[in-house]
Amino acid sequence: MLVFIIRRTFQSAAVLLLMSLLVFIGVYAIGNPVDILISPEATPQEYADAVKALGLDRPMWEQYGVFFINALKGDLGNSFVFNEPALKLIVQRMPATLELAFGAMFIAVILGIPLGMIAGIKSESITGRAIMSGSILGFSLPTFWVGLMLIMLFAVILGWLPASGRGACVDVWGVPVSFLTLDGLSHIILPAFNLGLFKLSLTIRLTRAGTRENLQFDYVKFARAKGLSNFRVIGVHVLKNILIPVVTVLGLELGNVIAFAVVTETVFAWPGMGKLIIDSIGVLDRPVIVAYLLITVVMFILINFTVDILYSILDPRVRLGDIKA
Amino acid sequence: MSTPENHPVPDQNAELNVVSSSDVETPLRRFVSDFCESKVALAGLALFIMLIGIAILAPFLTPQDPYDLAQLDIMDNRLPPGEKNMAYGYTYWLGTDDQGRDMLSGIFFGLRTSLSVGAMSALLALIFGGSMGLTAAYFGGRIDTLIMRIVDIQLSFPAILTALVLLAILGQGVDKIIIALIAAQWAYYARTVRGTALVERRKEYIEAAVCLALSHKRIVFRHLLPNCLPPLIVVATVQVAHAIALEATLSFLGLGLPITEPSLGLLIANGFEYMLSGKYWISFFPGVALLITIVSINLVGDQLRDVLNPRLQK
Repeated sequence: MLVFIIRRTFQSAAVLLLMSLLVFIGVYAIGNPVDILISPEATPQEYADAVKALGLDRPMWEQYGVFFINALKGDLGNSFVFNEPALKLIVQRMPATLELAFGAMFIAVILGIPLGMIAGIKSESITGRAIMSGSILGFSLPTFWVGLMLIMLFAVILGWLPASGRGACVDVWGVPVSFLTLDGLSHIILPAFNLGLFKLSLTIRLTRAGTRENLQFDYVKFARAKGLSNFRVIGVHVLKNILIPVVTVLGLELGNVIAFAVVTETVFAWPGMGKLIIDSIGVLDRPVIVAYLLITVVMFILINFTVDILYSILDPRVRLGDIKA
Repeated sequence: MSTPENHPVPDQNAELNVVSSSDVETPLRRFVSDFCESKVALAGLALFIMLIGIAILAPFLTPQDPYDLAQLDIMDNRLPPGEKNMAYGYTYWLGTDDQGRDMLSGIFFGLRTSLSVGAMSALLALIFGGSMGLTAAYFGGRIDTLIMRIVDIQLSFPAILTALVLLAILGQGVDKIIIALIAAQWAYYARTVRGTALVERRKEYIEAAVCLALSHKRIVFRHLLPNCLPPLIVVATVQVAHAIALEATLSFLGLGLPITEPSLGLLIANGFEYMLSGKYWISFFPGVALLITIVSINLVGDQLRDVLNPRLQK
């Protein structure tokens, strides 16, 4: 276990270093942000001053060196546009993205498990088939288009829910959250459903497969033979057994949800990290792009690391020595 | 996926297949009849072939060339479905966009871009990822470890993130989005092929081929590859659908294709700003086209998976 953690830590550091180099070179090779930031009427002197102030006149390796040393100190540079530390901008927007991601997961689990169980128990009935067809649709529908259609239906035609923004927030330990106010809740429903739709389909499929498999096992027959009610057999015994794989897969998918939040945030103008990165790519705000990518890479490395360790705790048959670190 | 009993020596088997008369059940025939068992999958296949037909014949099917500015009338902009074009007399069945472009024509041309970009990138990713997977499985050892480590790292990042990073670096363009899609998808092929190839590699026919001192190239491409194809085909079908959806998403975010080559994603993005004023058709219909495309491919893919899965064979 310890060997695994040490090896894995080194590997993660290597991946991070490599990514930082690649991203830095890549991002710094594109365009000249000065052209976008400075007005076309500026004199050559003003132009040169701007280049110097942003440190863009120095050779690339020197820029990377400065960036790397500063990054170790937790300083990823100042945003060209906001003139604030890039890291701070991203951290400020992180709670919004995480709230959206967890909201999406919540919807996927709350709706997905019951629907999947129904589809598993009555797999040949019309209800079962309808649920499965719905899940194929959920896999096939492009997220951004569903978002637009949700806005069209619920915000424009019916006028029930707001189309964009985050609504009123309350601070919980200094972090603004919107699901605790009625206004905020009404703002999060559509984006969370939009982001969660794909995971909802996945949960339905996993739960259905698990239910069908488990119903054939002896413990179900035994429970039935004991005279337990159908509701108890399925709602307690079967449910417990299908939860393990479902929870594992959904845990693994959390990173994916955070990445896909880029799309949903753009559609619903949700003020999270994803919207920030898309806006920053548009105006070539290099420090923010680099900082976002590095933070996301760190986040993914941590998620994968945690999942591997949790695996070995949850299922003793998985020995970490066998997983190549 | 031929039956195990008729290939003691693979080269003989190849010849046997050539001489076999029409009443013998060949793997291909069994495959076709298995596939046709599902009516839904057949409908999906028919739909998909129709979409390809539309994409190829787009210039002959549409009332106007949506990218010939001379044929557009700016006065006709944002007309709802069913309005008529005054100059030429044809009907805008699906309405017009903000440039006065017929949506139906726009969608047919957009389908062209979307399908070709999706198919192209899936094919190239298949070739690249497939070769990597075969190499890893066949040679094993260090090469295997290195390739699979890269695959693992790659797979731990979502496809959209990989594509986003690359497009942020590379900029817009058809070639660039194809590169980004290949980079986002090759690892799936590599892992699938390696898994199958590792099993196949231990079988006797490969041993026999090695004993015959055939060249590596010949063993890999003539003997190993054909037997790894079934799972690869399934993955490829699903990945084409993914590639199309991913391209649409990236184009919608403004990172994918340039305005000069509008795919369905870009058409949807164009309608985004008119959505809130109730002009639904600019975004709605391209989305429906995208949905039909993806669903039809997924239906075919689902059935292929069932048919080609040896565990489900009766």
